[in-house]
Amino acid sequence: MNNRSSVGVLGVFAHLDTATEAIRRLRHDGYRLTVYSPTPRHELEEALEPPESAVRIFTLMGAFTGSAAGAALAIWASLDWPLIVGGKEIVSLPAFSVIIFEVTILLGALSTVAGLFITSRLPKVGKEEALYHPSFSAGHFGVFAHVGTDRFDAVRTIMTESGSEEVLLDQA
Amino acid sequence: MATEIRSVFHPDVASYEQVNRDAMRLLTKPGPGYLALLGLSIALVGMAAVAFFYEVYYGIGYAGITNPSGWGTFITTFVFWVGIGHAGTLISAILFLFRAPWRQSIYRLAEAMTVFAVLTAALFPIIHIGRPWFFYWLLPLPSQRQIWPNFRSPLLWDVFAVTTYLTVSSVFFYIGLIPDIAAARDSTTVPWRKKVYTVLSLGWRGTDREWKNFTRAYLFLAALATPLVLSVHSVVSWDFAVSIVPGWHTTIFAPYFVAGAILSGVAMVVTIAVPIRKIFRLEAYLTDLHFDRMGKLLLLTSCIVGFAYSMEYFMAWYSAELFERDVFWDRVFGQYWWAGWSMIICNAVIPQLLWKRNIRLNLNAFFIISIFVNIGMWYERFVIIVPSLSHSYEPWKFLNYHMSYTEAAILLGSFGWFFMWFLLFLRFLPSLSIAEIKEILPPPFRAHGDHHGVHAGEHASVDEMPAGYRERQIETR
Repeated sequence: MNNRSSVGVLGVFAHLDTATEAIRRLRHDGYRLTVYSPTPRHELEEALEPPESAVRIFTLMGAFTGSAAGAALAIWASLDWPLIVGGKEIVSLPAFSVIIFEVTILLGALSTVAGLFITSRLPKVGKEEALYHPSFSAGHFGVFAHVGTDRFDAVRTIMTESGSEEVLLDQA
Repeated sequence: MATEIRSVFHPDVASYEQVNRDAMRLLTKPGPGYLALLGLSIALVGMAAVAFFYEVYYGIGYAGITNPSGWGTFITTFVFWVGIGHAGTLISAILFLFRAPWRQSIYRLAEAMTVFAVLTAALFPIIHIGRPWFFYWLLPLPSQRQIWPNFRSPLLWDVFAVTTYLTVSSVFFYIGLIPDIAAARDSTTVPWRKKVYTVLSLGWRGTDREWKNFTRAYLFLAALATPLVLSVHSVVSWDFAVSIVPGWHTTIFAPYFVAGAILSGVAMVVTIAVPIRKIFRLEAYLTDLHFDRMGKLLLLTSCIVGFAYSMEYFMAWYSAELFERDVFWDRVFGQYWWAGWSMIICNAVIPQLLWKRNIRLNLNAFFIISIFVNIGMWYERFVIIVPSLSHSYEPWKFLNYHMSYTEAAILLGSFGWFFMWFLLFLRFLPSLSIAEIKEILPPPFRAHGDHHGVHAGEHASVDEMPAGYRERQIETR
């Protein structure tokens, strides 16, 4: 029993075009893929056609919450012990707008980070999901197909034909 | 003879792997020079701590702060450090949104500078208050006496703005670091480093899902940080502008301070980048083009600041207001004339040398100009704060304020604190943004002459391509 949760075939590619070819062929055959790259590349995104990221929802909700929270804090605190300062209104919105803006940005940013962590399942604790090779943070691309052992040969053929440098088989 | 595609911006970087190697080179064992600098920084922090202890024990009058100069060197230094932080966010966030292709190699250094500068600035709200043990009164905490801070006061807006800025900058910095810490984790052979990087990289693997979410999150953080940068220094400037002190009560302060902040910040980036480039041999990453662009940015902000100075003088004269005119005369001909002229010459005059391309590319000259700008920008804040307070409405209140030893110690200590954090960062975390530099390098293609079947200079999906990403065919033997 290995210490990874997913079984499959990992192709290590030294070039971007060979990796994208492998991706297209494997997706055409219906396999689920995890693609590693040292830097985000739009060629890989185009080949994978993923759905739009959910982080934007987190950012928007966080920013709205921030506006509401900032306004609530300033307004409620001013009404709690009403003091006329400098001849201004108790609820002086032009002055409070600064507080509201800052809290909007603060909660918007923190929610974006939370959204990143939640959608990408970071931090990764426990079992590794799929096979990884350290060269993926240097100069190589990786295409991991989540398949059972019965399809290993088919997948390996596709990877080698597309031009992978190395193909690693991960057995349970 | 093989042809190889290289980026126009980094013609000496051959491959992705080279970026990793060069970045890892910065994380090697430090030499005696590094340890000496770090020791000096820590010593300065210690000196400041002693000075602060005396100030708390004997009262803030010990530091020379008394009526009418309720603000002196401490607030000057606070605004100085907050301003420096702004250039880092400009380079990270604003230039990112503009898709400037020259920001990638300096971005990490600039963002680190921001985080540590704001960390330094954050010390001063505590240091400068008369009863520092009551600093928590600045925070909107519910209390049984129902006392809340005054939300109409710019001093409280400062608390919110600087706290938000510190939080958002740190977060932006860390998130951008995650892929690079993962790269360090994968290539380091030192066991304790590997453990630390493994924890800090949060298990980053560079999968498609991670990159997709990362690029979107980064975009939104940059979009949020941009108005934040503009607002934070505006809020700091309003500490002065919403008062009725002559020389302070003017609407020009927000844009004037923001432009000044960018000026001082870019100067500090240059002050840091020139030695780092030399010591770590990063000529392939911090090229002539980068310094050329930074020089132009510095020149632009210097012109804006020079214009702002002239406008202030014009409005003081045009207003025919006695006190306003008097304060502005005093700045250049009164008891602080040396500070007023330092400010004008260092910020508005000396950077004009950068109109010449030779000087922008001459790193020694550029470094010296940046030092002058740093000094000048500190003096600018001093000139705004001290003469206006010491020489405001009523002559019987005029005071000859001078920097005390306590304040000087804390000023030097703030530099020590900043450089201490920065030196530690250089030693332990990748100061070159590996993944981002790879984004502007041409990726490895097996079919070199025919990739995507398009010619050099074009690309398959133009709207996806970062502007400025250009390929050039170099003949290599």
